[in-house]
Amino acid sequence: MSTVLRGFHGGVRLPRSKETLQGTGSRSVALPPLLIYPLQAHVGTPARPVVGVGQKVRRDELLAAPSSYVSQAIHAGTSGVIVEIAARAVIHPGGVTDTCIVLRADGEDRRLTPAPALDLGRATPEGLLARIAEAGIVGMGGAGFPSHVKLREGLLNAVRLLIINAVECEPYIACDECMIRERAADVLLGARILRQALRASQCVIALEDDMQQARAALSRRDLAGAQIVRVPAIYPAGGERQLIRMITGAEVPAHGLPIDAGVVMHNAATAAAVADAVAGGLPLTERLVTVAGAVRTPANLRVRIGTPIAHLLDACGRSAADARVIVGGPMMGTRLIDEPAPVVKTTNCVLRLPAAAEDCTMPCIRCGDCVEVCPAQLQPQALYELARAGDWDGASDLHLFDCIECGACAYVCPSRLPLVHYYRHAKSEIEALELAQRRAAELRSRYEARLRRLAQAGDAAAEAEGQAGSDVDAAPAPAAVPDRAAMRAEIAAAVARTKARRTANTPAAAGEDEDGAR
Amino acid sequence: MQRDADGVASSPHIHSGASVAGVMRRVLAALAPGVMVSAWFLGPGVLLQIGIATVAALAAEAAMLSVRGLAMRPFLFDGTAIVAGVLLGLAMPPLAPWWLASLAAVFAMVVVKHAHGGVGHNLFNPAMAGYALLLVCFPYAMKSWPAPGAEAWAADVLGAVFLVDTAKVDAVSGATALSFVRDGLRGMKMLAELRPGAGASLLGGGAAWVNLAFLGGGLALLAARVIRWQIPAGFIAGLLAVSLLLYLGDAQRHASPLFHLMGGATMLGAFFIATDPVSSPVTPRGRLVFGLLVGAVVVLIRRFGQYPDGVAFAVLLMNAAAPLIDRHTRPRVYGERDTR
Ligand code: SF4
Ligand code: SF4
Repeated sequence: MSTVLRGFHGGVRLPRSKETLQGTGSRSVALPPLLIYPLQAHVGTPARPVVGVGQKVRRDELLAAPSSYVSQAIHAGTSGVIVEIAARAVIHPGGVTDTCIVLRADGEDRRLTPAPALDLGRATPEGLLARIAEAGIVGMGGAGFPSHVKLREGLLNAVRLLIINAVECEPYIACDECMIRERAADVLLGARILRQALRASQCVIALEDDMQQARAALSRRDLAGAQIVRVPAIYPAGGERQLIRMITGAEVPAHGLPIDAGVVMHNAATAAAVADAVAGGLPLTERLVTVAGAVRTPANLRVRIGTPIAHLLDACGRSAADARVIVGGPMMGTRLIDEPAPVVKTTNCVLRLPAAAEDCTMPCIRCGDCVEVCPAQLQPQALYELARAGDWDGASDLHLFDCIECGACAYVCPSRLPLVHYYRHAKSEIEALELAQRRAAELRSRYEARLRRLAQAGDAAAEAEGQAGSDVDAAPAPAAVPDRAAMRAEIAAAVARTKARRTANTPAAAGEDEDGAR
Repeated sequence: MQRDADGVASSPHIHSGASVAGVMRRVLAALAPGVMVSAWFLGPGVLLQIGIATVAALAAEAAMLSVRGLAMRPFLFDGTAIVAGVLLGLAMPPLAPWWLASLAAVFAMVVVKHAHGGVGHNLFNPAMAGYALLLVCFPYAMKSWPAPGAEAWAADVLGAVFLVDTAKVDAVSGATALSFVRDGLRGMKMLAELRPGAGASLLGGGAAWVNLAFLGGGLALLAARVIRWQIPAGFIAGLLAVSLLLYLGDAQRHASPLFHLMGGATMLGAFFIATDPVSSPVTPRGRLVFGLLVGAVVVLIRRFGQYPDGVAFAVLLMNAAAPLIDRHTRPRVYGERDTR
C-alpha cells in the first residue's frame, strides 16, 4: 500500500538502538513529590504566572498564561500546592537556571472538570485554534514552537498539505512509535482536527520504514483521507526539510519556512495532544518519554510534564556508574549537568550513555565524508575552517544558517572534530553582531525622526502663528492592528531570541521550527 | 564525546568510530597486494626502498612534531607519514641509493607537509612532491629501473642501495617500459618497430600484474568506502579518453589506451595517489573533474614529457588547481534556487 520514499541528500545510517523498545507498551511512573515548570521552556516569550506561592491547584489548572502571540500556556500536572516561583535548574548544557513554578503534589491527583468537547461538525478553524492555544500545545518533537501559531500561519498562507511527522530517526528514541501503537485512533483524530483547522486538502502521515507495528495500528483504522508514507531509516529522515523534500519533491526555500513550500508539519505526539484538547477538553500535561542507554530497564514512560529527570532515571535504574545524561537523542540532544532539571513538553528521550574515552581531535584531512552526509548539502569542512578562523561573512556566504545542526558531519568525521559546536558558536556570534547593528540603526532612525518632528513642530508653530486654529496634529495615527508582516517579524524575533539565549553555549534543538530532526 | 573550549559537551554524543589512523590502516592494507606483486617482479629492492622511505618519513615527522611542540603519539601514528613513505618507496627505482629515498621523504615531511602546517594543511601530495624533487635533481638515477626479467637479488640489491655500487645498478637496470616506448617514438621509430623487442614484454613483464594488484586493492578501498569513486573513475576515464584520441589520430606513433591503462603507475595513481584527500578537491563533482584532468595530463606527460611516468607531475599540477576546482563545484545548498 505504501512504498518507501527516497530522495533526500546525504544522511547516515545510524545504529538504531531501539529494538528492545519497539513492540513493548508504555509504563507509567509514580508521581514525583515536586513538579517543576520552567516559564521559558520553548520558542517564544516566557509564560506569565497566574498563580501565587501557597495557592492550591488541581490537575489541569492554568499555572501560567501566554505573554505574547508566540508564547505558551502551562498547566498543573497534578493537584497540590505552589511552593515556589524561583530560579531552578533547567535542561541546558551549561547547567543554567531559569524561573520555574514549583508544585508540591498532594498525592490526590484531583482534576478539574474537563472543558466540553468541541463539535467537529461545527467547529471553525478559529475555535479549534483557540482551544489548541488554551491547552498549551507546542511542537512535541523539536524546538517546541507553539502549535496554534504554526497553524494560524498555515491557515493564512492557505497551505494545502499537512504532514504528521512520526519519523524518529535518532537512535534510541521510540516514544512516538509506542504512542502510535497505543493511541492510533487519537493520532488520526488529531490529524483530522489539524487538517480541519488548517483547511488543508491533503494529509500525509510519515512513518519510518521499520515501524511495522505502528503502521499496522494506523492502517487498521479509518484514515479519513490521510495517506501513510514510509521513509527510509536514514538519519535525519525526520528532519523537517528532509521530510518535505521526500514527500513533496519540493524544497523549503533557504531562509524560508515550510509554509513557503505549502506545508505545515506537526509531530505525531502533538496530533494526539490536539485530539485530547479538542475532543477530551484536556490541556497538555503528560507525554511519553523514552528512557534508554545505560539503565536497567529501558522503557517508554508516561510522564507528567515537570517531572525531574532524576526521577525517571530512578524509575528505570541506572546501570553504569559513570555515564553522561543526554536529554533528546544522541545526535542532537543536550548533555544534562543537573539531573533535577524537569521534563518539558519537548522532552522525548532521556539517555544515559557510558562515558566515552576522550576523543583526540586531528586537523581536518579534507576527506569529504562530511560533505557526503550533510543533508543541507553544505560543505561542513569549509564552514569549519571559516568558523574557526572567525570569518563570519565567509561562513554566511557558504550558507552557515542553512545548517540544521543535525550532527551527521561530526558523526562521520575521522578527525573527530566538534563541527557542530563551531557552527553554533559562529551562528551566535553572527546573530549577536546583527542584533547590535539593528539596535544602532534603530537608535539612529529614532534620533533622526525626533529631529524631523522638532523641525516640523517649529514649522507648525510658525504656521499657527499666522493661521490660528488650524489642526497641528494632522498626521494620521497608524492603525493599531498588527499586520501580517509585523506578526511574522514577531515570530522571527521570538525564534531568534530563543536561539540566542540557548546558543549562549548551547545545543538547542535544530531547525528554526519545531519537529527538527529527532 | 565532543567538547568545546570550555569543556562543555556538544552534540552529537555518539560517533561512527572512524579515525584518521583507521583510514590510513585500511589504505596500507589495500596497498599490500600491489607491493607484493611489485616485489615479485622487480625484486626485493622494492621492499627495501619502502622501508627506507618509511623510516625516513617517520623520523622526519617525529623531528618536526618535537620542533613544533605537538603531541607525538596521535600525530606520529596517525598513519599519514607511513602512507607517504610507502607511496614514495613504491615510486623509487628499486636499486636507487638509500639517500635518495631518504632525501625525498625528509623533503616531503619537512617542507611539503610541516612547513604548510602539518597533516591536513599541505597543498601538495607529500610523497609525490618528494618524488618530483628527485626527478628534477637526479634524473639519471631516477630513470634506472631494473630491466624486465633482470636477475637482481638480495646481495646485488643491498650493494646497489647501500654501497651505491653503480656497476651493479647498470648491470641490471634499463629504461622503464614507458620511457622505452616514448624514447623510441621520439626517435621517429614506429611503434611496430619497437614491439618485437622489450616492448613485447611490457604487458607480460609484470607491469600489467602490478597494475591489476593495485586495481584490486583500490576496489577494496572503494568497497570499504575509504575512498569515493569520483577520482579513480575520473582518472581512468581521462587517461583512456586522451590516449584513445591520440591513438585514433595515429596508431603508429602513440601507445594504445590499454598500454596506458596497464602500464606505469596508472592504478597506483588512480586509487592511491590522486585520492589523497588532503591535496585533492573535496566536493564530489570537483573530484570527478580533478580525476579527469589528472588522467588526461598523465598521458600527455608520458607521451611528450621527459620523465619516466606522468603520474607524479599530473597529480602535483592538479593539486595546485584543487582549491579552484572546489570553489567552482560547490554543491547546490538545500533550498537554494538553482542559479547554474
Ligand atoms: S569529515 Fe572531518 S576530516 Fe573529513 S573533510 Fe569533513 S571535517 Fe574534514
Ligand atoms: S550539522 Fe549542519 S553542516 Fe553538519 S551535516 Fe548537519 S546540516 Fe550539514
